[in-house]
Amino acid sequence: MKVDWKKYVIVFFITSALFLTAIYLSNYFNNRKLENLKSIQDKISIDILSTETKFTLLQELACKEVDKTFLSDELNELAQKIEYSERNLGGQNESVTDLKKYYSLLQIKDYLLMRRLKERCGIKSNFILYFYSNTGDCPECGKQGLILTALREKYPELRVYSFDYHLDSPAVRALISIYKVGRDLPGLVIDGQLQPGPQTIEEIEKLIPPLPKNIKPTEETEKN
Amino acid sequence: MNLTLMITVVFYIFIFLSIYVQVFFLVTFLERREEIHRREGRVIPSRFPSITIAVPCWNEEQTLERTMCSLLKVDYPKDKLHIFLVDDGSTDSTLERMRTFEKYSNVKVFHKENGGKYTALNLALGYCQTEVFGCLDADSFAHPEALRRLVTYFDNPQVMAVAPSIIVDHPRNIFERCQKIEYEWAVYIKKMLGFLGGIHVAPGPLSLFRRQVFNVIGSYRPAHNTEDMEIAYRMQKHHLKIEQCNDAYVYTITPNSIKKLFKQRLRWIYGFLNNTMDYRRLLFKPQFGHFAIFTVPAGLISVSSVLYVFGRIIGNLIEWVGDKLNQISAVGWNLSLSFPHLDWFYFNTKSVLFLFLFLYGLIIVSILIGRYMTHGKFKFSPAIFYFIIIYSFLAPFWIVKAVWDTTRRKNPSWR
Repeated sequence: MKVDWKKYVIVFFITSALFLTAIYLSNYFNNRKLENLKSIQDKISIDILSTETKFTLLQELACKEVDKTFLSDELNELAQKIEYSERNLGGQNESVTDLKKYYSLLQIKDYLLMRRLKERCGIKSNFILYFYSNTGDCPECGKQGLILTALREKYPELRVYSFDYHLDSPAVRALISIYKVGRDLPGLVIDGQLQPGPQTIEEIEKLIPPLPKNIKPTEETEKN
Repeated sequence: MNLTLMITVVFYIFIFLSIYVQVFFLVTFLERREEIHRREGRVIPSRFPSITIAVPCWNEEQTLERTMCSLLKVDYPKDKLHIFLVDDGSTDSTLERMRTFEKYSNVKVFHKENGGKYTALNLALGYCQTEVFGCLDADSFAHPEALRRLVTYFDNPQVMAVAPSIIVDHPRNIFERCQKIEYEWAVYIKKMLGFLGGIHVAPGPLSLFRRQVFNVIGSYRPAHNTEDMEIAYRMQKHHLKIEQCNDAYVYTITPNSIKKLFKQRLRWIYGFLNNTMDYRRLLFKPQFGHFAIFTVPAGLISVSSVLYVFGRIIGNLIEWVGDKLNQISAVGWNLSLSFPHLDWFYFNTKSVLFLFLFLYGLIIVSILIGRYMTHGKFKFSPAIFYFIIIYSFLAPFWIVKAVWDTTRRKNPSWR
């Protein structure tokens, strides 16, 4: 039978149209996700502004008026979503990079605010600044991230702020410069002191002041 | 180009080609749908060519009687239908059972040393004096109207062979039900290949050939235990037209366990790969039509895609195990259970997901058309999903084994 080349061309165009549709749908949903991230960031930004305002009024307010655990969950959620987007859209994606910069700023603001709250109101919080890289120059960063996640689950009062060492953000560069974080990544700043290189759970636990552990509720406490 | 990018590009090429093949079938269906007829009841052919049906048997004592009863009940003039039972050196009571059918005037029994199915067919072919020659595997049963419907295709003098639609006989377990869906899908695929003139298998159950075909191309060959495929390749090489009769049904017994299914598919894929290598000079040559440009390349795309996806799954599995070991070495065995996020944000929205949705959507549409062509109505069945899931899991294994055996030149056995 004679080959009907026209049909091959038509099928090629139909298949290409399906391909383009798939790409369009993917872009559409990815943009929706980025919008979702932006709205979370805007909410956090407003919350920080509101707490900062509250904080300036602290002299007139009792410490108990300030929510000491605020933003922790929101920042974690945002961190997870940014990490997911980075994995799926690629670290080079401009929108993701912009979101990361904004997220880093929010973390720094939260860190500064929480430190001041700790000093003034004596809240039991510890802070770890974690500098990582995912450009291949930090083979231990994945493992370090897992350790910090496990610690955060164990100690809910522990606040871990993660910063991409290579992020082109003046605020992050300033932090790197303040704590003299070198290229020996991962870099952990615990209680204001830089701990270069990977740290084990035990090493970190020794460095942080005692914190209440996350206790799973028993049947009795659940009833209460 | 780095390795990751290269792997991604190859992946997108495979998925493009896989969708292309399904779209090609669908476009062919839309073009030619008016020509698809599903005849109910008795068909009156313009003429009744004389037919010899060979039934090659090797240890078929269990199913021979039913196969023979179906042949004897076929609605075709008895003086025009000759049945040759060929015992290929059976070690059970097949020959004795064959002898019980000698009382029928149109039945002849032959016995020979075991030499393989193709030798049994060639023996029958040697005695064939009819216009048409066909074969019926001893595990298959012809529909009473099958021959009448098949011979109508010989009204076209250019048609040299006609293949029937094969249906799974009384599926009992999940594997047989999956194969039922697969065979119904094949009704559609084979009909489209028939329209394209690109049929690459004239299956053992009741394909009919004009006797002169064998004068032109010679008799059956060992053909890596897939003589029904090789004969179709050889006919395509000689530009002999093969048609597909979608409403001539033959019921067949299918493997009822993973092991048996694996052996059968291993033989089929091995046969496809090796026959394709034997006839590689035909590939991509426009003078051999859609067979060389579409059918065989589409088969090779399927094999390569499955191999590629299998490789990626193994790679991902190794990576996952590595991650878990890393996690254990970092935080010990005290791993917290992480449940998948229910937030829509975490649903995969990569383009590949939509491409797979399109591909599987096209496959499901093809299966439904195949079921329509078989049963006369669109019937949705959960077995469609079992088929897709179970075959997606099992097919890579027989394909990998067939490729491995091909590299070692190890011909898989029949059973």
